[in-house]
Amino acid sequence: MTSNSFDVEKIRKDFPVFSRELPDGRPLVYLDSGNSSQKPNQVIETMREHLALHYSNVGRAMHVLGAESTDAFEGARDKVAGFIGAPSRDEVIFTKNASEALNLLAYSFGNPANTDPRFTIGPGDEIVISEMEHHSNIVPWQLLAQRTGATLKWFGVTDEGRLDYDPDVISERTKIVSIAHQSNVLGTVNPVAAVAARAHEVGALIALDASQSVPHHPVDVSALGADFVAFTGHKMVGPSGIGVLWGRAGLLEAMPPFLGGGEMIEAVWMDRSTYAPIPHKFEAGTPPIVEAIGLGAAVDYLAEIGLDAIEAHERTLTAYALEALREVPGLRVIGPETLEQRGGTVSFTLEGIHPHDVGQILDDRFGVAVRVGHHCARPLHLRFGIPATTRASFYLYTTTGEIDALVRGLHHVQKVFA
Amino acid sequence: MIGESMYQELILEHYKHPQGRGLREPYDAEVHHVNPTCGDEITLRVKVGDAGKILDVSYEGQGCSISQAAASVLHELATGSTVEETLSVVDEFTRLMQGRGQVEADEEVLGDAVAFAGVAKFPARVKCALLSWMAYKDAVVRSAQ
Repeated sequence: MTSNSFDVEKIRKDFPVFSRELPDGRPLVYLDSGNSSQKPNQVIETMREHLALHYSNVGRAMHVLGAESTDAFEGARDKVAGFIGAPSRDEVIFTKNASEALNLLAYSFGNPANTDPRFTIGPGDEIVISEMEHHSNIVPWQLLAQRTGATLKWFGVTDEGRLDYDPDVISERTKIVSIAHQSNVLGTVNPVAAVAARAHEVGALIALDASQSVPHHPVDVSALGADFVAFTGHKMVGPSGIGVLWGRAGLLEAMPPFLGGGEMIEAVWMDRSTYAPIPHKFEAGTPPIVEAIGLGAAVDYLAEIGLDAIEAHERTLTAYALEALREVPGLRVIGPETLEQRGGTVSFTLEGIHPHDVGQILDDRFGVAVRVGHHCARPLHLRFGIPATTRASFYLYTTTGEIDALVRGLHHVQKVFA
Repeated sequence: MIGESMYQELILEHYKHPQGRGLREPYDAEVHHVNPTCGDEITLRVKVGDAGKILDVSYEGQGCSISQAAASVLHELATGSTVEETLSVVDEFTRLMQGRGQVEADEEVLGDAVAFAGVAKFPARVKCALLSWMAYKDAVVRSAQ
């Protein structure tokens, strides 16, 4: 419908949720994929089949099921590595979500057990983030600054919702820069190459919160310029409970372990341990086995459709939405109003109406699911002087008809509060 | 469309034309309550006179229509009543809000606050309705200290 090769109706048939109705016979209009995406049969069936027929613990059981489970789990790592262009499968660390991935990284700095100068940090050293970050890319760095006495600095955000990139925020004292690849509120795609080049120029490391980019755009970690990339399975048609930290092998090898436990060790004595090589050094305890396998099925599914095609579809939707929302009086888009360096997430305010009231009526009357609130990015909302926004976020299964439903809903909301 | 019935005319009226809004002097206690999940907040003051009579409930806040209208209704109900009377209204309102839509509202006690009955069916919004009422209860307790 939006392009000749991209058949959104066919794609929607893969997602069972779109065949259901909401109470009172309302159709479901799901515009909350930036929060969490829906799941296709391919993922659901892969997980069901593994649980039903192949399930066992991984990496230790010496039997058929153990081998099948390990093969499927490690096979998922191969699939994810291929999906993001990782030079080595060992660079893909499974975590429970992007937050854990970012915390793992933050806890690698300033650890007394570590001697590698790239991960030492203390008073006078600097951590650089941005004002548009999700709380999961703010709080771990605040905690690191508190633990170590390092200084937390950040890039601002322009009125248009772009990163206010000032290379001088990064200095010789900067140890780590961590920013969003794509903002979960503004939709803005940040100039990673420039920031990464500047970080490397001063000897700092750079991490990306790619939770909102990896699901929607072709991402090749070896071409991005970043040292670490964090993302999560549930936003990319995979299950919750599985996330990924990708890092350059040399860095991951130099980092101290994060969580201690089974599977992350090489040998243990009563007074000390040696650790497994990466990736297992960072995967203590029984991992989310079926969730990882589900993520493997998710990346297979996305790769088969093609991230270029998904990106193009979302671009069409975003253009359509920005145009349609312009017709709504009193609506203010928080974020870029052009398609340049922007993804399929549109946040806005409606004059005189609180987002919680907008979301309630959209859902109740039209079955339109949006997210309302600060979207775990409170500092960004403070920057714009607003307590909350309404956010519509699109994915490969979103249609222009659903955006029409949103706009109709917004007109109705305005009638209720007129 | 139960959710839309949540937006009773009376609630929308109070939202558009809030009664008693603004912080006023004199007051015996001031409290600030927030709802961290949605960012709604309220600063509320009470002035208690002789025989426990509520002389003024003044407030300033931001939030959705439910939270703001609830503060406005509270102002109307509380001002001129006694502390004892208003606390029993707060208790009845709390019982109604936490009743998941299964509790019959006592209109005798609640007056206009009965308009919030529909909110009780939406667990995510109950906190919105209760924000100012809990702040009021807190302020009354502090004013007696």
